Amino acid sequence: MTRRTHPALSAWAWLVYGFLYLPILVLIIFSFNDSKFGATWAGFTTKWYGVLLAREDVREAVTNTLLVALSSTLISTVLGTLVGLGLWRYSSRFRLPLTFLLVTPIVIPDVVMGVSLLMFYSLVRGGLELTGWTFENGFWTVMFAHVTFQISYVALTVRSRLAGYDRSLEEAARDLGASSVQSFLRVILPLALPGVLAGALLAFTLSLDDFVVTYFTSGSGFRTLPVLIYTSVKKGVTPDINALSTLLVLFTVIAIIAANAIMRPRAGRGGEA
Amino acid sequence: MDVFKSFRNAQGGETRVLDDIDLDIRKGEFFSLLGPSGCGKTTLLRILAGFEQPDAGAVLIGGRDMTGVPPNLRPVNTVFQSYALFPHLSVFDNVAFGLRQKGIGGAALRDRVGRAMETVRIGDFGTRKPDNLSGGQRQRVALARAIVNEPEVLLLDEPLSALDLKLRKELQVELSNLQETLGMTFVFVTHDQEEALVMSDRIAVMNRGRVEQLGKAEDLYERPRTAFVANFLGQSNLIPGKVQEVGPGGAVVMTDHGPLRTVYGADLNVGREVMLSIRPEKLRMERDDETEGNEVRARVDDIVYTGAENQYLLEANGQRLVAFQLNSDIGADEDFDYEEEVALYLPPASLVILEEG
Repeated sequence: MTRRTHPALSAWAWLVYGFLYLPILVLIIFSFNDSKFGATWAGFTTKWYGVLLAREDVREAVTNTLLVALSSTLISTVLGTLVGLGLWRYSSRFRLPLTFLLVTPIVIPDVVMGVSLLMFYSLVRGGLELTGWTFENGFWTVMFAHVTFQISYVALTVRSRLAGYDRSLEEAARDLGASSVQSFLRVILPLALPGVLAGALLAFTLSLDDFVVTYFTSGSGFRTLPVLIYTSVKKGVTPDINALSTLLVLFTVIAIIAANAIMRPRAGRGGEA
Repeated sequence: MDVFKSFRNAQGGETRVLDDIDLDIRKGEFFSLLGPSGCGKTTLLRILAGFEQPDAGAVLIGGRDMTGVPPNLRPVNTVFQSYALFPHLSVFDNVAFGLRQKGIGGAALRDRVGRAMETVRIGDFGTRKPDNLSGGQRQRVALARAIVNEPEVLLLDEPLSALDLKLRKELQVELSNLQETLGMTFVFVTHDQEEALVMSDRIAVMNRGRVEQLGKAEDLYERPRTAFVANFLGQSNLIPGKVQEVGPGGAVVMTDHGPLRTVYGADLNVGREVMLSIRPEKLRMERDDETEGNEVRARVDDIVYTGAENQYLLEANGQRLVAFQLNSDIGADEDFDYEEEVALYLPPASLVILEEG
């Protein structure tokens, strides 16, 4: 038996979800619109997806985006997992401040992150020039900028995954003859793995669709998909950009669903992120 | 070969968690560390396991110095208070963990794991995950996981404390049978004095990081050396006094209740202040005083009915005494009433002299 919901309540719910998803729905619909200009419907087509693939700048942006997302996710997953393990394993008086410092990059405005990273990079560049070295803003600066906010998400996901487990598990493994490396590989890592994978997927999607931080740290020659979309839209919304945005939404949604599916088996034990 | 360890341990500046512990645990004995929470018994166990290091002193197991040796290289295994079963592994894989770590596999592994699981009667649970087991079953898995490795010493950290009373009593019996069958040295940590008395060959009573007294259950109960032991194991009446007379058959101690004779204290000096201790069930309550001395006049203040016995709270010369009388139907008329004046007989053989006041 399901309880009947009050009509006003369900109307309100539809309104809220409509407000959230209608713009995206419109975007997706118009990516299939057979018209050069956005506003009017002129029949169904998939040609904009073809146009998109033919564009050299789009192909380059896709490559850049994936390279940045994959490498930053790899680095942040390793580092973030270690931080998460540390927070779980050691009860120190620094645990609370450390957790707070981890949450900060999540709640801090992107613009502030972007500006501060930009300043940081130019300071480093200034310092390096004294030794004759220098670097351009581009792949590396964007990649490390993404790592800075990804670490927090991975660490918090790993920590919450392990939160329900007794810390004596590691001692039990040592007691049964495992070295500290073996007890990590045979006990701690298998337990943390769903959290690690979910954190990695989360980090991947964050990198995939990050605009603000990337915009500030990418310099002039290096463009990722969100930056490309932004610069294209400045010249007017075209259907191929709608198609591009639709693909980005699709990738993100798939990754989020996968991350949730990986974390779900622990829902009953309070380990949900 | 005896299992021997001795160390002094000072931790955290001013408070010493363990202070000058010197224990010699014999091979194949069921040895208990008994004490209130915070007395250092768990720290001592963790030092034996290798999870913590003593600040000073040495730990010897089977004659070999184990100080500084990491837990994975010690011939000991632990049964944890929280069980600490690996949640991602089946019962079989949990039990097999230690053997696989030693490189044992195939038929030998299956055989030994199977036997260990049979021993603790969880033979049918091999494929289950720990999350799908009851508390008592998890306890058995934790036990099997430890004994399958045939350690020289099995360390048990309050393994029964999370179970309900009935199951705890069952497992107490099972554990001491298991220890006898295996002939393995057990070091058992508990704060439950009854548990320690029931199961142990020998008990070390610990208090504030020190061993107060070490001995067999009967010795500790019948002849406690300190007031702490006298009251931590069971209950005691403590009567202060001064040695009045010493002879080969014991001492006479002058107390608020008059002179009391005891079979102990033949080596004491006359005039020394001492503390006498007597168990409540060893006091004999009588209606009239016509025996050979060692009697105290008292009045019944309160009666607590506990089923097996009646507990009388008595007032004697301004002192509170407790006497337990067996609730036997033989001589049912011997029950005493509130406010009744009685004579308490303190048998000289039951009056123990404590080492400190």
